[in-house]
Amino acid sequence: MAAIIELHEVEKSFVKGREFVDVLVGIDLRIDEGDFVALMGPSGSGKTTLLNLIGGIDKASGGEVVVAGQELGAMSSGELARWRAANIGFVFQFYNLLPVLTAERNVELPLLLTKLSTTQRRKNARTALEVVGLSDRARHKPGELSGGQQQRVAIARAIVADAPILVCDEPTGDLDRDNADEILELLDILSRDHGKTIVMVTHDPKAASHAKRVASLDKGQLAEAAP
Amino acid sequence: MNAVGLVWANLHRRPVRTYLTLFSVLVAFLLFTMLRMMAVFFTTSSEITAVDRLLVTAKYSIIESLPISQRSEILAVDGVEAVTHQTWFGGIYKDRSHQFFPKYPVEPRAYFDMYPEMTIAPEQLDAFQTTRTGAVAPAALLERFGWSIGDKIPIEADIYPQQDGNRIWVFDLVGSYRLQDEDAGQPPFLFHYDYFTEAAAFGRGAVGWYTVRIADPDRAPEVAGAIDAVFENSQNPTKTATEDEFARAFAAQIGDIGLLANSILSAVFFTILVLTAVVMHWAFRERIAELAVLKTIGFSDGRVAAFVLGESVLLCGLGGLLGVGVGLLGTPALNSMVEQFGLGGLRLDWPTVWQGVGIAVLLGLLVGVAPALLARRLTIAEALRRS
Repeated sequence: MAAIIELHEVEKSFVKGREFVDVLVGIDLRIDEGDFVALMGPSGSGKTTLLNLIGGIDKASGGEVVVAGQELGAMSSGELARWRAANIGFVFQFYNLLPVLTAERNVELPLLLTKLSTTQRRKNARTALEVVGLSDRARHKPGELSGGQQQRVAIARAIVADAPILVCDEPTGDLDRDNADEILELLDILSRDHGKTIVMVTHDPKAASHAKRVASLDKGQLAEAAP
Repeated sequence: MNAVGLVWANLHRRPVRTYLTLFSVLVAFLLFTMLRMMAVFFTTSSEITAVDRLLVTAKYSIIESLPISQRSEILAVDGVEAVTHQTWFGGIYKDRSHQFFPKYPVEPRAYFDMYPEMTIAPEQLDAFQTTRTGAVAPAALLERFGWSIGDKIPIEADIYPQQDGNRIWVFDLVGSYRLQDEDAGQPPFLFHYDYFTEAAAFGRGAVGWYTVRIADPDRAPEVAGAIDAVFENSQNPTKTATEDEFARAFAAQIGDIGLLANSILSAVFFTILVLTAVVMHWAFRERIAELAVLKTIGFSDGRVAAFVLGESVLLCGLGGLLGVGVGLLGTPALNSMVEQFGLGGLRLDWPTVWQGVGIAVLLGLLVGVAPALLARRLTIAEALRRS
């Protein structure tokens, strides 16, 4: 399998007051196409920061982040936006759906950046909702859906533009066990049947057990990368 | 869904807040249309004016009358071709609240000779000339009150009772006239000066003002000066000006309506600007995370800023459009309300409409520019971390 995500000597530091705080130190990571990787570690270990670097929503202070064939550090803000639209689907802990839009419209959002016709956009959004098993709730707004259903809408939004990589930040962190299991099952299907590369941050060992690999972070360093 | 649909949906996040803001913008622009109509009414010469006509009034106040004896002296001034006169009669038809129209006692034939833009059938003018109690009215007035030629029109005097104390003057409607420009001010109800000056309890032998036609409009200042010079040391000194100058001076006496209207509008728009800016800023702060998500999905900084700016432009533009639209639809009702004060004939012209829409869009841009810039600068990771 070819590598779709490669990190070499990646560093990330923030300025806090007058001090530099090193969040990530010398990270080397390779994730192949179709892989399902869980990032674990205690709070403040840098998991979300690492995920943000892979997703192209933050830039490394040092080293090289190559994702889907692009070195992200060299890209401008506009180039990164276009790159994210084509390559990355994001799933957040709190779903982050737009409350004023229906499920279908939320899923359709990424397609506004494409040249697809309105009819085709709607059709694709419906298909994505079918994949996550929510076609019957297409016209409901997020406030009318349960947490698990909202997260499934968020996953549909992440896959609707057919991005090869899904970046998931605690996707089951706000859900009860049953809903969490359903979401993890869905991620399994996306990885296994649709060939998506999934990078998931989680605190939950049971969630991590769904991944093909688990990478552990501690104090900004990748302590372990177990298959 | 498209980008406009997304902007529209976002405006419905808090419908009560959005509709209250929309309503306040609507009211501001309704006020804009009303005040602009007033300002246009007072600052442009929409009355019946011509360059070859002068108005001669009492020097110190237009409500002072002038003696009829001045007529022949004015006519004798070099450059004067014709002279006639008018007098403010006041008077009430039916009831005071909604029936206002100006009423002047005039010399019938001399009056219509002076105003060729007012056309009347020759036989009706003859009847007006020969009927002592005769009166003629603009065709629009006949239509408005359902009058017909031959009707008797009772007018209750509020200034000039008759010598026997009777306050009801009854006129025989013998004709109607039309104006070239149907929108030019409020044309008067005219009746015979002879009847007025013989029957009135006072004011006999006096007129309100003279209208003078001159041979050469280029000599207007010179002729006006010559007329005033004739009466300079008399008991009734005069002030002579072209009709256009007179109309503007009259407006100036009432006050600088344009300045007043613009001052009020500036205050209103500043208040709306601040109010809407606060609302849009709240709206921005409430959904920082959502804007960050849009950027995460792949919307560029500029596009996200355009969404935020689009919301304020849409809100203000829609409010402005509705306000101007309500003003446009409400103009007839407004006219019927203000005509008792002599302000009938207000109208909303297209430049005012476009000015209103332009100001509304500008307001939207001013209101939206700060949150739009903040949205543009928003860093995704930081915004998500904060939320």
